[in-house]
Amino acid sequence: MKQFTFARAGSPADATRQFRNGAAYLGGGTNLVDLMRLGVTAPDHVIDVTGAVSDEIIAYDGGGLTIGAGVRNSDLSSHPLVRERYPMLARAVLNGASGQIRNAATVGGNLLQRTRCPYFQDVSMPCNKRSPGSGCQATAPGADTANMAVLGHTPFCVATHPSDLAVALTALNARVRVVSQAGVSQARGMAPDGGRWVDMPGLHRLPGGAPDHDTVLRPGELITEVELPPPAGGRQTYRKVRERASFAFALVSIAALLDVGPDGRVRDCRIALGGVAHAPWRALAAERVVLGVPPAAEVFAGAAEAELRYAHPLAGNAYKVTLARNLITTVLEELIP
Amino acid sequence: MDSAYATRITVTVNGEPRAVAIDNRTSVLDLLRERFGLTGTKKGCDHGQCGACTVLANGRRVNACLALAVAYDGASIQTVEGLAGPGGLHPLQGAFLRHDAFQCGYCTPGQLCSAVGMLTEAGPSAVTADLTEDPPLTPGEIRERMSGNLCRCGAYVNIVRAISSELPPGGELADPVSATSLGDTAPYPPAGRLAEQEARS
Amino acid sequence: MSDTHPIEGHRAEGRDKVTGAAWYAFEHPVPDAVYAYPLQAPIASGRIGAVDTAEALAMPGVLTVLWGGNTNPFGTENFELALFERSEVTYRGQLVGAVIADTLENARAAAAAVRVDYAPDEHDVVLRADHPDLFRPEKINPALPTDTGYGDVAAGLAGATVRVAATYTTPVQHNNPMEPHAAIASWDSAANHGGSVLTVYDSTQGPTADRDTIAAVLGLDPDQVRVVSPHVGGGFGSKGTTRPHVILAALAARAVDRPVKVAMTRQQMFALAGHRTPTIQRMALGASADGRLTALAHDVLEHTATRTEFAEQTAACTRVMYGARAMRTTHRLVRLNVPAPSWMRAPGETPGMYALESAMDELAVALGMDPVELRVVNDPSAEPESGLPFSSRNLVACLREGAERFGWAGRDPRPGVRRRGRWLAGTGVAASTYPARRRPSTATASAVDGGYEVRIAAADIGTGARTALGDIAASVLGVDAARVRVVLGDSALPDAPLAGGSMGTASWGSAVADACAALLKDGEHGSADTADDVAKDEGWARHSFGAQFAEVLVDPLTGEVRVPRLLGVFAAGHIINPVLARSQFIGGMTMGLSMALFEETAVDATAGGFVRADLAQYHVASCADVPSVEACWIEEVDPHLWPGGGKGIGEIGITGTAAAIGNAVYHATGHRVRDLPITPAKLLAPA
Repeated sequence: MKQFTFARAGSPADATRQFRNGAAYLGGGTNLVDLMRLGVTAPDHVIDVTGAVSDEIIAYDGGGLTIGAGVRNSDLSSHPLVRERYPMLARAVLNGASGQIRNAATVGGNLLQRTRCPYFQDVSMPCNKRSPGSGCQATAPGADTANMAVLGHTPFCVATHPSDLAVALTALNARVRVVSQAGVSQARGMAPDGGRWVDMPGLHRLPGGAPDHDTVLRPGELITEVELPPPAGGRQTYRKVRERASFAFALVSIAALLDVGPDGRVRDCRIALGGVAHAPWRALAAERVVLGVPPAAEVFAGAAEAELRYAHPLAGNAYKVTLARNLITTVLEELIP
Repeated sequence: MDSAYATRITVTVNGEPRAVAIDNRTSVLDLLRERFGLTGTKKGCDHGQCGACTVLANGRRVNACLALAVAYDGASIQTVEGLAGPGGLHPLQGAFLRHDAFQCGYCTPGQLCSAVGMLTEAGPSAVTADLTEDPPLTPGEIRERMSGNLCRCGAYVNIVRAISSELPPGGELADPVSATSLGDTAPYPPAGRLAEQEARS
Repeated sequence: MSDTHPIEGHRAEGRDKVTGAAWYAFEHPVPDAVYAYPLQAPIASGRIGAVDTAEALAMPGVLTVLWGGNTNPFGTENFELALFERSEVTYRGQLVGAVIADTLENARAAAAAVRVDYAPDEHDVVLRADHPDLFRPEKINPALPTDTGYGDVAAGLAGATVRVAATYTTPVQHNNPMEPHAAIASWDSAANHGGSVLTVYDSTQGPTADRDTIAAVLGLDPDQVRVVSPHVGGGFGSKGTTRPHVILAALAARAVDRPVKVAMTRQQMFALAGHRTPTIQRMALGASADGRLTALAHDVLEHTATRTEFAEQTAACTRVMYGARAMRTTHRLVRLNVPAPSWMRAPGETPGMYALESAMDELAVALGMDPVELRVVNDPSAEPESGLPFSSRNLVACLREGAERFGWAGRDPRPGVRRRGRWLAGTGVAASTYPARRRPSTATASAVDGGYEVRIAAADIGTGARTALGDIAASVLGVDAARVRVVLGDSALPDAPLAGGSMGTASWGSAVADACAALLKDGEHGSADTADDVAKDEGWARHSFGAQFAEVLVDPLTGEVRVPRLLGVFAAGHIINPVLARSQFIGGMTMGLSMALFEETAVDATAGGFVRADLAQYHVASCADVPSVEACWIEEVDPHLWPGGGKGIGEIGITGTAAAIGNAVYHATGHRVRDLPITPAKLLAPA
């Protein structure tokens, strides 16, 4: 680990003012310290932002929730309003990592965590994400591709995004408040003043030709809060398929919501997939097939087909397409009232 | 030590305040083991993947390997060395002994601190059917909640028995203060054994 | 010292372990110590070129950088331990140097600044069935014949009513004990030993062997080296041989004239702490309509390193299990640019029984016969390959007992027809076996302060040896175990063999029992050396056997596999300490479950090395994966074992589990996966 100076920030303004090339924001440390120890990232100035952003969950007028970026994962999943109104979010968080990690990890840090691709994590391997232009070892013959992407990847990068929280927020149409040095929002529920909102989906990028950019954030931008719209109707859940029963990243995961109107037709459907792409994958094509028709197994099968038609598996991960298809159909069927 | 890359911090460890100047790169784990000589907390992977380094920081279980000590300035840390009190072993330590809940012993301090912390964590887990309730700690709930602590010797079934045996009757979680305060000779309320539930997904 | 040592719980060192007072290798308080951080080669084959240490040497806290250019040759044949001697790189991750610095952080940071040039050449890291360089090793581990056979296998297969031919494959697996390999080396140049004395705080399965190896490599007399290892955080074979970091610590400590601490990172362990070879196993079985085997062939392909040969005895178990009319077992190796494979819990039997017991299940299915009955019908009266009589064998009793406890009677053999909600359910059975041997050992026993002290350089790696040996001593002395203290884990104690091969208790126990008997005669002191006795151990086939039953649930839409029930019934002679024995059995079975479903180190052909080199990617079973593991045993009175009558139990638990689970997965789904681990990917693949 490279030596670094350390400072705590007391507010978003303080944090963004300190930020410069070579600095990094520290939340709970569960991803940043991991990467620093591997040598994947080597900041020379670490800014602890856990005290700079809100750690509260507040219901706002209109029925939605504001979640401070400093909220610890375990506090998010145990919050009564989250459990009652956004159960897919609670389940997604509960399925992530371990109890110890959830206690330390912040919401902001969880969203910005980086891929667990073994080639990214091994600094002796070429990796376009870590070192643009150096190549992608995962696309070489004989590479271990079992955990790589099947959607939206390019020859530059086939890694997946590991966050369960992000998948649920993508399905829930959350948005993320981001501030930078140029404009600073006030903390703790006061009207934002400057800064910008980034919708989810939309925070995380597909790799394109520049996989070194995981998100649309510019260097130094700080997530201060996540805003959830008022809860949707219907039933929702999060399901994560992994090899061992706990403490493992998803092979494929799904956040799904189904709301059937009194006319028997689907009036709201959300599907987001984890483990399949560089970003949480909002299955818009599938949703379009399901919306407006009575829910039925054949409809869901058609929806899965519409979404996965453009899946492009690698040598070792064709099973993910099957798994994603089965999760879409099975989970939606379970959500039929 | 170049002072720009070092910081003077104070942490309370097992009730005792300690002031020390540290390299900013120092993890809480290495601070405990290499600076304070408290080697009870173990380094199994140094990347948050095994739980052997679990300690209680401000009452919450966390992986000490991923905790930068400088970010924990002012924190209160409890390690395995702080579980026993003047009156004797912590009830969970006694339960681990009685149920042979360890073999090589390397994951054991982490298991114990994790269990102490886990028992204060109300709320659902990934295996809870009804998210709105705080479920009783069935063996299935304990297994899920303790899955952040790997045991290569395979002592899991005994670990779960040991933890189950120390739950208060009715399965309510122990009062966090009495569970973690130091020098407190009062053990957990006498434990009743929860009925084993058939493990089915 | 008080005259009693009451045990709290079940283990003599229990209190130390639950309070964090037990010291493992890296934790001994050695004053003035500094740290070494290893440098590893990122290429799998080639040569080391220029090494530039200037930047690293200028970094804070760095004392020196060790590499081939500033260290001397060792004069040892041991390629793994002749550190930095050759400029040749033969596997990715090979140790090529180390930074010594005042703190862990400074050592690791400087390591990244050492510039090493490499001239890579072609590497080959993939074991394949058609590899042109497969060869026949002269022997297989530990010293067994490579190929064996009797009868005419081809004729036996041709004449069979039912035939099964299947290939089973297992991946690279890693022992991954929870405690990373670590050592502290300290040279003491005080005059009272007539020269330098090296003390090594190590994590080893055998202090005596470790000391002897370190001395040989460093050109010292054994009595100039002392290995201290009172507690070992798991080994499972990987700490049975001296690993390079130990020599590094000694080298570094001599170079900087201060004690040096070195611990492998978890990632480094994947290249430097040994692994289990992958296997390709071709099984061919033939049986007549009544299930009797007319032919049984087990042909194994494995890998080894280019400079070190290790041939896992994968088909050795087939030589003892079933009475086939004709039998063949063969082993072939290919040298690849991989680290040297070595022992991992039950070497040989673990992968071999997976293939054999899966093939037997396939045979039972093909015959329409109950898999328990198939094994009963083929239970041999003598060891099939050698003809030696079994000292005792109760596989059938284990199968029967297990079948009853598990509720096997009336099992519908049809696959894929049982549902529980979204899950398909199935059950499976497999046999387990492990040889029962012992090695020569010495020990002493003394009357001390109203109690007794037993001294022996044995190792307790989590097995409970310290406690079991105390039980043996107490029983011979006729006293309560609380009056006996066992001192082990130090090469200054009477020489003893490794904890390994399930031979610990029998080997050490024999010496401890003899020493205590001698003490009773003498009144003050007794010592023993069992070499002569052990030499007379020939003439019998000594093995433990067991039967394992598994119930699995498989979600056919996701491929998830869960194991709600595992049961093992074992016959392993006399069980010395029931609580500790049960823990060993269930520990082995838990590792077997992990192997069946999760464990795989991927091999990357292009990058030339192991991928998934950490505990987030190399999955070992978590607590949530293990709802119920039960173990019980049938007491065997075997007069042909050592007087304590135990057969060793540390390894038999793992040998039958993977096949039992794989067989249950077939029963649940109708899908036979012949490649471990049984992952969702394989169950979702088109059948």
